[in-house]
Amino acid sequence: MRRYSAFAIAREAARYHTGWERAWRSPEPKKKYDVIIVGAGGHGLATAYYLGKNHGITKVAIIEKGWLGGGNTGRNTTIIRSNYLQDSSAAIYEKARSLYETMSQDLNYNVMFSPRGVLMLAQTESEIRGYQRTAHANALQGVQTEFVGPERVKELVPIINIDGPRYPVLGGLWQARGGTGRHDAVAWGYARACSDMGMDIIQKCEVVGVRQEAGKVVGVDTTKGPIDCDKLGLVVAGNSGDLANMAGFRLPMESVALQALVSEPIKPCMDIVVMANTVHGYMSQSDKGEMVIGGGTDGFNNYTQRGSFHHIEETVRALCETFPMVSRLKMLRQWGGIVDVTGDRSPVIGKTPLGNCFINAGWGTGGFKAIPGGGWATAELIAKGEPGPLSAEFGMERFIEGRFIDESVAAGVAH
Amino acid sequence: MLTLQCPYCGVWAEETELHAEGEAHLKRFGPGSSDDEFESYLFMRENPKGVHFERWRHSNGCGKFFHAARSTTTLEVFGTYSAQTLEPPQDIKDKISAKYPNWSWRDFS
Amino acid sequence: MSTRLTSGGRLLNKSKQVSFSFNGKKLTGYEGDTLASALLANDQMLMGRSFKYHRPRGVVASGAEEPNALVNLGAGGKFEPNQRATTTELYDGLSATSQNHWPSLEFDVGVANNYAARFLPAGFYYKTFMAPRAAWKHVFEPIVRQSAGLGKAPKDRDADRYEHYYAFFDVVVVGGGVAGLQAAKAAGQAGAKVLLMEQTAHWGGRAPVDGGEIDGKSAEDFVNATVAELNAMDNVTIRSRMMGAGVYDHGYMLGYERLTDHAPAVAGPRHRLWRIRAKQIVTATGAIERPLSFAGNDIPGVMLASAVRDYSVNFGVSSGDRTVVVTNNDDAYRTAIALKNAGLEVPVILDARATGGGALADEAKALGIRVENGKAIAKVKGGKRVTGVAICAQAGEGAVLEEIMCDAVAMSGGWSPVVHLWSHCGGKLIWDETQAHFRPDPDRAPTSHDGNGFVVTAGTASGPLLTGDVLADAQSAGIAVAKAAGFDGAAGAAPSAEAQAEAGMEPVWLMPQGAGPKLRMKAWLDYQNDVKVSDVKLAAQEGYESVEHTKRYTTLGMATDQGKLSNINGLAVLSDALNQPIPATGTTTFRPPYTPISMGSIAGEARDEAFQPLRRTPIHDWHEANGAFFEPVGQWRRPYCFPRGSESHADAVTREINQTRKSVGLLDASTLGKIIVKGPDAGKFLDMMYTNMMSTLKPGKCRYGLMCNENGFLIDDGVVARIDEDTFLCHTTTGGAERIHGWMEDWLQCEWWDWEVFTANVTEQYAQIAVVGPNARKVIEKLGGEMDVSKEGLAFMSWKDGKIGDFDARAYRISFSGELSYEIAVPASQGRAFWDALLAAGEEFGIMPYGTEALHVMRAEKGFIMIGDETDGTIIPQDLNMQWAISKKKEDFLGKRAQLRDHMASPDRWKLAGFETVDGSVIPDGSYIVASGSNANNQRNVQGRVTSTYYSPTLDRGIAMGLLHNALDRMGEVVEFNKVDGSTVKAKVVDPVFYDKDGEKQNV
Repeated sequence: MRRYSAFAIAREAARYHTGWERAWRSPEPKKKYDVIIVGAGGHGLATAYYLGKNHGITKVAIIEKGWLGGGNTGRNTTIIRSNYLQDSSAAIYEKARSLYETMSQDLNYNVMFSPRGVLMLAQTESEIRGYQRTAHANALQGVQTEFVGPERVKELVPIINIDGPRYPVLGGLWQARGGTGRHDAVAWGYARACSDMGMDIIQKCEVVGVRQEAGKVVGVDTTKGPIDCDKLGLVVAGNSGDLANMAGFRLPMESVALQALVSEPIKPCMDIVVMANTVHGYMSQSDKGEMVIGGGTDGFNNYTQRGSFHHIEETVRALCETFPMVSRLKMLRQWGGIVDVTGDRSPVIGKTPLGNCFINAGWGTGGFKAIPGGGWATAELIAKGEPGPLSAEFGMERFIEGRFIDESVAAGVAH
Repeated sequence: MLTLQCPYCGVWAEETELHAEGEAHLKRFGPGSSDDEFESYLFMRENPKGVHFERWRHSNGCGKFFHAARSTTTLEVFGTYSAQTLEPPQDIKDKISAKYPNWSWRDFS
Repeated sequence: MSTRLTSGGRLLNKSKQVSFSFNGKKLTGYEGDTLASALLANDQMLMGRSFKYHRPRGVVASGAEEPNALVNLGAGGKFEPNQRATTTELYDGLSATSQNHWPSLEFDVGVANNYAARFLPAGFYYKTFMAPRAAWKHVFEPIVRQSAGLGKAPKDRDADRYEHYYAFFDVVVVGGGVAGLQAAKAAGQAGAKVLLMEQTAHWGGRAPVDGGEIDGKSAEDFVNATVAELNAMDNVTIRSRMMGAGVYDHGYMLGYERLTDHAPAVAGPRHRLWRIRAKQIVTATGAIERPLSFAGNDIPGVMLASAVRDYSVNFGVSSGDRTVVVTNNDDAYRTAIALKNAGLEVPVILDARATGGGALADEAKALGIRVENGKAIAKVKGGKRVTGVAICAQAGEGAVLEEIMCDAVAMSGGWSPVVHLWSHCGGKLIWDETQAHFRPDPDRAPTSHDGNGFVVTAGTASGPLLTGDVLADAQSAGIAVAKAAGFDGAAGAAPSAEAQAEAGMEPVWLMPQGAGPKLRMKAWLDYQNDVKVSDVKLAAQEGYESVEHTKRYTTLGMATDQGKLSNINGLAVLSDALNQPIPATGTTTFRPPYTPISMGSIAGEARDEAFQPLRRTPIHDWHEANGAFFEPVGQWRRPYCFPRGSESHADAVTREINQTRKSVGLLDASTLGKIIVKGPDAGKFLDMMYTNMMSTLKPGKCRYGLMCNENGFLIDDGVVARIDEDTFLCHTTTGGAERIHGWMEDWLQCEWWDWEVFTANVTEQYAQIAVVGPNARKVIEKLGGEMDVSKEGLAFMSWKDGKIGDFDARAYRISFSGELSYEIAVPASQGRAFWDALLAAGEEFGIMPYGTEALHVMRAEKGFIMIGDETDGTIIPQDLNMQWAISKKKEDFLGKRAQLRDHMASPDRWKLAGFETVDGSVIPDGSYIVASGSNANNQRNVQGRVTSTYYSPTLDRGIAMGLLHNALDRMGEVVEFNKVDGSTVKAKVVDPVFYDKDGEKQNV
């Protein structure tokens, strides 16, 4: 792999950029691999990358039905944070966040991780208590967060209206080391590094069957023919149910549409990421200048990548109320992605009922921020056959035992 | 933005009048059931790509719960029917079969 | 130079001059101008700067597809960035400034990027700025951010209002060109209820510009006559200045009506968002002309041929004195002819087709215009304005044959149907080889709830480009959608139009076709985002082969025009680089809206106080008038406390508690949920809903109950009163009323539908007031009335109906504070009067209202749990030592099975206890109880956490409730709660009942 650098660009400029090589190869599948990862999204590629980097397993194929990074990796609002409440969530998201910090250098691909800070607004008394609880938990988890008052909120994000008549801002949970990254670049950077390690990324190749013998996986059938493997990782986000069906088991998950939108680009006016959960909206400004806005999920199963417009309305209402200037911007584009949501809204990383078949799924709305951590943990799981500490709590057996990882605390409302 | 006909009041209801209530025809398992049965009842879902049976409530209308047979890939609605039944009516199953001869969903086909 | 002509200008009212300003310069135009046409009339071709290289940008189009001419418009609360000059109607006093430059439009230091362009190819930022690590955030990214973006950020609060409409139509026709008019007329004649919308202020689209005759009339007359006919039809609604913004599932669509953008001084909402449910939709959205890719095609003065014609015919504006026309099809000849007829010079028409054009070409030649077949532009000369073109053979590599001086270039690369609305909801496209464009595939229309297609295209949006075909297509579209919507009345015949035969177009994706790297680096695809042919080639070379990869790697088509001009050209270049046919490359996904729509219109009326519906108790006005400090609880606002004078909130809470405990206080408890459950099986039903046994409750008595979900977790609590054998009244939490009512209905309708039970949510039918404190009884007795509220007459945990004073009351002897307490419900209409009466009666006892915070503190002093504090969706009743509330006699209740699972039954679950800090301080909200050591992920071990923590005025110290591992065996032990600064607070494990442990005060 030729390294990327300012020098390399200067060298190529001299010859009209005719010398750049492919970022990743486009090979035909081999007959057999040690590990097949289904799904070349962020989590799948990261899993493959850490299989190679941490465990020396490089006879790996990553099989992708469409184009790499084309699912939720390329459709999210790129927020990276780890200010989670439960220990197991905080551990994997903080691992991910810390890996994001060095990812550009690690991959020699600028993923533009920008620790611009993430602020979650408290707009009710119970939200204040909830975030103060998170701040106390984070202090013990090694996650740096702090609960800040309304004046500090206004300082951090001057365009905010903290005195709204209905939901004045009472404070917020501030994670200065959270931020955003360039979503496509994460997939591309991992893909380039995987390809460089000799792994095969096979795009436009759909898995149509999972082959098994004596309760163990032995390979997959694809639109490019059968491919054998010793171990199989299913890392396909919204399509997890479909793949599980082929492998002969069901999942505690449902697939729903999650929407987002961007405004037209404007000059910098907001340096941080703000999430307002009471009124349902979050917003940041991309390096291009667009306000990137995340909406909610629909309540019904859906694979169309189109959501319902009333959720867009709800989100935009919330943002116009929280940031009055938004009212004079225009929506440039809205879109949807399909996320799989589990029974406790936390992900699943673990073994499946099928031997040597592992799964990473159910990230719901939180997949992008977890990519390196999820990949790290899934690689460890596949390499060793048993979960490591990062994924120990995320197995599917938790649904039988009643041992949930529930981040949606403050479910009730006060008397 | 879906529109579904409420089988009780007959109204073609806008999605904003409705509330989605998850998978239909779940059999409740209570005390005395096995861990697997109970887990399956509470958490394991069909989540199909294609024909699905689901519950809705006409929450900003007549308040009734009802069932719908809907495709999760085309959003076509094959019909809505009473929540007070253990399986979809034959005419709705026929309508699905006319389009997808080999469909199946849990025990129905 | 560009200037106003003496002739032409069909849309202008030349008797009405309009003054406006651009970058502070005072200019004039006419009523009917767009900002773009008025700027051109004032020789202001340079209108902006590009995104990446800050290159000078002139207007290139005349409509919604314009990528370059974006301005900051207005000021203060009416300021808006990124307004397209081509769709901004001129009004008196309009003030616009150009964007994305510093210090000025003419001299922009950002243009340094342009000189470094060779070092800044597609995706360069992925390959550099990586060292040192901190530099991205602190050095490189701020520079990137500052030079990116376009318009300025608005600063002031929006001074305009917006509104929403709901509308239901059989047929909605989008596009008011001749096709849309004809389709609407046909559908209307067939009997359908029709809405026709047109995004501009004018009907007729391109037809009146292009000329020709329809049914023996001029196109303009035909348009006027048809509009008059439509206006006369009762079942047809027509709206101009209204864009079809998006098509969504099941026939939902958005219409974006711009009511006062053209006249900001007019009162009323600025935009109206129509939320339409249509049985059928016709997209008569026309087509957009494509640019040609040649070196220097982005220099101001290079414009679409159709735009040059529009400016001349519609606005009487010449885009240049000498305009070179370059084309691959016949349509551009119309521009040459129009310019020539307007007295302007067309030095040459460069037709890339070796065989040249048809009848229009002959007409042009007859006018004396030089036509060169098989020729192309090698390069455009000029900087901030075109000064000339170098001509070459299209077939070659760009060897210059001749240079021609000119100040404008009119280009046409063919036409692409506007397929956005068709595609929004899943309509598929096919590649049309003859026209070299993607057009809707009528066999794969987007489908609605019934599985049938609900969008039909009409006119050039379908693909046909000749007027006769357009009208026939529109007529059949109108009839077809009416029929699909259930109307088959007779429609008239399609009008006939003379169609001038045209020679076929020839696709030209690069000019000249063998252009080398040097020329490709100057051939723009996306003008706003600065994406060039070389960038797309580079993306393909580096393996970004999917069209989505290329788009994202190069940012092609991601600008504010969403690739309306650049998409097809980019696809073609990519396909060529990949050596595959264009259909194999495919398109990117079309997403709403068609052009950007204001966030204000999406939010609609919901802002400020009206942001969400506000629920008000009958006593709400009193709270407001008496200085309540409110907190939002669901859509209610409940008084948190009632501060007096300069009193702090904390002091107010202390005062309210002390007075209540000492004498008497009042709480507006009207927000508490009240659900009537009635029927022969009501008792059996509530036994399933609550963990407690409710069927054994005697009429006249109350019982506190817990509700769990099927997962075993506590979801609500409250007092249940049995009214009679068949009837119960269930109190829920404030936030739980609707949710719990729905939950009950769910089980009754979907699981136990053979049980005879009915429910009614009567939360808002009653005002409920808690009269609390040692003097509570005296206050009530003072009101008089027949009700005996004595200890014997109304015992603790019982209820009674009767008169209190003149009020029809239902009094519950229940207590959430530990004091003597009555919760009294009266009909909502009497609530305020009852409140006032209680205040008056209690005056001698110093009665005062208390808010939610005093409520919270008093219940914590008593060790009562609060849903949302002690519970968080992960807590089972056993965690709170509430086994007493779980019936052991019942075989089943919701949540019972779940609570038998391993983890739920584990003795290691944290249990509720009280905590007293050793130093009397208040434990911080949310604090955890630390344990020794760390876990495998290097996180500090914990053994519990605080759930409620308050300063107790009654005990004058900090008190808390919380969960602790093995709490019940650890009474008296001292544990440590963490603080965010790393230190800890020591607290003793105690019984959670801090006040009146024997319950003597509430039972008097």
